[in-house]
Amino acid sequence: MQTARVRPAAYYRTLTRNLVLFVVVISLLPLFFTGAIILYQFKQAYQVKVEENLVVLLNKHRRTIDAFLIDRLADIRVLARSHTVPELSDPAFLKAKLTLLREEYNGVYVDLGLVDSQGSQVAYAGPFNLTGANYSTAQWFKQAAGSEHFISNVFAGLRGSPHFIVAVTKRYQGREWLLKATIDFESFNALVENIRMGETGFAFILNRQSEFQTKPRHEVILASGAWRELLQKPLDSGRVTIIEQPDSTGREMIYAAAPLKKGQWVICAQQEVSDAFVHLVRAQQVAIAIFVIGGLAIVVVSLLLARRLVRRIAEADEQKEAMNEKMIEAGRLASIGELAAGIAHEINNPVAIMVEEAGWIEDLMSDEGPLSEETLSEIQRAVQQIQEQGDRCKQITHKLLSFARKTDPTVKPVDLNGLVDEVLGLVSQKSRYAGVKLETSLDGQLPRVAASPSELQQVLLNLVNNAVDAINSEGGTVTVTTSHENDTAKLSVSDTGIGIADANLARIFDPFYTTKPVGQGTGLGLSICYGIINKLGGEIKVASAKGKGSTFTVILPTRQDSDPSPGGSGETGQN
Amino acid sequence: MVLVNPSVLLVDDEVPFVETMAKRLAKRELTVETAFSGKEALEKLDSGGPSRHDVVILDVKMPGMDGLETLAAIKAKHPNVEVIMLTGHATVESAIEGMKGGAYDYLMKPCEMDLLMAKVSEAVAKKRAHEAKILDARVRMHALRRES
Repeated sequence: MQTARVRPAAYYRTLTRNLVLFVVVISLLPLFFTGAIILYQFKQAYQVKVEENLVVLLNKHRRTIDAFLIDRLADIRVLARSHTVPELSDPAFLKAKLTLLREEYNGVYVDLGLVDSQGSQVAYAGPFNLTGANYSTAQWFKQAAGSEHFISNVFAGLRGSPHFIVAVTKRYQGREWLLKATIDFESFNALVENIRMGETGFAFILNRQSEFQTKPRHEVILASGAWRELLQKPLDSGRVTIIEQPDSTGREMIYAAAPLKKGQWVICAQQEVSDAFVHLVRAQQVAIAIFVIGGLAIVVVSLLLARRLVRRIAEADEQKEAMNEKMIEAGRLASIGELAAGIAHEINNPVAIMVEEAGWIEDLMSDEGPLSEETLSEIQRAVQQIQEQGDRCKQITHKLLSFARKTDPTVKPVDLNGLVDEVLGLVSQKSRYAGVKLETSLDGQLPRVAASPSELQQVLLNLVNNAVDAINSEGGTVTVTTSHENDTAKLSVSDTGIGIADANLARIFDPFYTTKPVGQGTGLGLSICYGIINKLGGEIKVASAKGKGSTFTVILPTRQDSDPSPGGSGETGQN
Repeated sequence: MVLVNPSVLLVDDEVPFVETMAKRLAKRELTVETAFSGKEALEKLDSGGPSRHDVVILDVKMPGMDGLETLAAIKAKHPNVEVIMLTGHATVESAIEGMKGGAYDYLMKPCEMDLLMAKVSEAVAKKRAHEAKILDARVRMHALRRES
């Protein structure tokens, strides 16, 4: 194919890219939004669920721990109320009771002791030798004194290991006694330590002074960050307060806190978000994987489809171009056909002369006797004439051949004036017999235009042919004018013929539209002209007045780099 | 039978053709006159009087006044003059039109000289015969007048 007219590869690349982009965006957008919305909703729902779980868990354990503490207190109260001070002052009796409690409660109780109102332990049963120990300065003793019962914070105390005390006040004979039991830290700790959430979640208990009442499974920094913020909040006794924040290492964490032991203690829990939302994260990963794989599939498929589609379009374009070529070719042959009668006559005339001259020579030679001087010179003249007429034939056939040669769409600089001369030469005979005068007004400074010479020749021939045909038997004038202006060259063909009716003016460039009788015009000439000029980036216009004639104007862009055409005469000539 | 050399008027716009053809016809003992357009031919016929030209050899395709128009004009003014049309291939239809318009015959250009001569002789003979008939009729008419 001719590279000059096929659309550039870049055009098809852009087309492919646009198609792919369009398909991908249109397909992926809904996919993306659906996925994003569903994930968002799922996340919201899941977050609520996670928080609810946490609340339920914490509430459950809070009740369990409260229940544990109340039970322990109840045990001691029963003990205090069911026995007299003298009984309780008996270490053997206490020891028996401790053994009983330890057996019953799995070693939760470490020891039992009876303390008088001065803080002196009058009786003691347990692993340490604390008989006679004085608690008058101990924190718990000060707090417990005067109240019905008391559960202390966890402290190291005299024995140097963490424990807490459950104490009940016993009145006996006007004096107040304190029956106290020490609860094993480990067994209490186990209650909380066993609270696990996922892989990373754990719980611990603090008192109001932010001192640990149980051992947290991992290190917890209370002095700053989320815990500090959370513990400063007024904690509602009935509710679990939850916040979500990144920790010091940047991991998103969930923090939860709920008061227990009538607000004296706080049960706290923390868990990594990624752990709490592990199902959500998994769902997200699956969704993203589906989106990525689906997206890739869409991209690949749309790419393949677009390529195939564009290849088809390119093929169709090529075919269309080929059809155009054929159409131009057909139009060219039709134009030649229209010229044929005139040209046949044009050739016939010199042939007839040659035949006559040959006959004349024959006549002269058939005379008897030697050839006279006069006869010889006559023969010489005849031969001369034959040569002249032969030359004339040659010129005519060359003109015709120059036009009948195959259409070559290669674009090169074209000298419009030369083209005008060529075409007018071709039409001169036809116009002579039609009584049409051909005139030219050529612009000597006309720049060359970039076009295919043979195509442009065809355009001009069509226009001049039509112009000659438009003139009736009374005769008229066809004028071809060239001029230039800025970056354009203008070529106009005007006739003094019958003109074009306004109703037909709009249709003259339509293919197969003709007002000529059937068999005399194909109706393709002007539509081909239009196609050729359009392709060259020019325009073709018509102005016509019924009965006065028509003017067809072709405007073509000139080559920026071209010189003014040589050979243009610049003066008005006649053909 | 032919007493005087037949007189022929040769009409064509191709000057070299007319000139050579005229020489050849003259060599064949015809009286030849030439014209290079229909208009000139009519002028020559008009100036020559009714019987000076026997046959007009007329090219069909000429600029300006073409063969058919010229033929019509000749037949209108000089009905006795016989016309032989010369035509190229492409204009045979118009030659036939010419025959309908009163031309004696037509020949394709370039034509055989013998054929042309034969046609000319026939045409001349026809014209002479026709003229003889007219003469006869006139003689008879005069005789009748004298008798009456």
